Amino acid sequence: MEIEPGLPVYSSHELNVAEGAEVERMRRTMDQPIPDPADWLEERELSRNILLTTVDKAVQWGRHYSTWPVNFGLACCAFEMISLAASRFDVSRFGMELLRASPRQADLMWVCGTLTWKMAPALRRIYDQMPEPKWVLAMGVCAISGGTFRESYAVVPGVNCIVPVDVYVPGCPPRPEALMYGVMKLHEKIMSQSVTRYFSIPLITRGAK
Amino acid sequence: MTVALSGKGVTEELAKRIPGAIVSSDDKGIIIASDKLLPVAEFLKSSQFALDYLANLTAVDYMDYFEVVYHLFSLQHNQSLTLKTRCYDRERPAVPSVVSVWCGADLQEREVYDLMGIAFEGHPNLKRIVLWEGFPGHPLRRDYL
Repeated sequence: MEIEPGLPVYSSHELNVAEGAEVERMRRTMDQPIPDPADWLEERELSRNILLTTVDKAVQWGRHYSTWPVNFGLACCAFEMISLAASRFDVSRFGMELLRASPRQADLMWVCGTLTWKMAPALRRIYDQMPEPKWVLAMGVCAISGGTFRESYAVVPGVNCIVPVDVYVPGCPPRPEALMYGVMKLHEKIMSQSVTRYFSIPLITRGAK
Repeated sequence: MTVALSGKGVTEELAKRIPGAIVSSDDKGIIIASDKLLPVAEFLKSSQFALDYLANLTAVDYMDYFEVVYHLFSLQHNQSLTLKTRCYDRERPAVPSVVSVWCGADLQEREVYDLMGIAFEGHPNLKRIVLWEGFPGHPLRRDYL
């Protein structure tokens, strides 16, 4: 596209219409929240044999000490997340100091703040770009349920309308200690999540459309 | 300290140059007819008032009519003026765009168009800015919901 000097550059109208149609489609189809992935709580005898538990232990240990997050800072919660990453709280103690700019290198998405409907397609796209296995942490009341803005025309009533959520951290905003506690809870979850069982979860709870 | 220009002082000059433009005026600002908005804006920017900076553009819904508010500043004289214009058509409200006079009106007029539903005639890129295309209605109107 050639740009005439001195004139402002505008985005194409077709792009906006396509984006608006995507948002409307999400609003229509995602009334019911996606159930939280909780199948890992089930006991299964087959996958509890000695060989698999040993492999599991090694894989889980590796995974839970290297959960690289992709940060989705949407509102004031993002600052608590940033201070968790900074030197005072130092999230690198958990092996997650690498806040990835690219979702393709990340295992965990923490959604920090109010998710608006216009942002929802971007959130979904980034989630879809993350490689399996992946986890989602919803931080703050806005991400959990929409919070104060739940009744608003522009706000998604909970991130679990768009992506399945593994850990919820309540607060407005939660302090970094609370987020750290949520991260530790996620570690517990990863430690009890078998490699075989993860892929036995039905597709819908893993967030596939 | 910025001095707020009295609407009455500006009115005398305006009435001489552009007759029929002023609907009413007081100490706080001037209300002008919307069909004369563009010549008035050009005059205020280029005349001795030198109101060259549009600090804010917003709109108010009074149910009977919409009022578009322009907060103007003169960086040269350190003076300010509030300009208002009204449109009474609730179905298809429209006022002229002032983007050709103050470039900064571009995004602010789009915001008013998005949230209040007032069309700005002559705007180079009038489309929604905050909400998505296909959103039903205009949420800042008082009869929304």
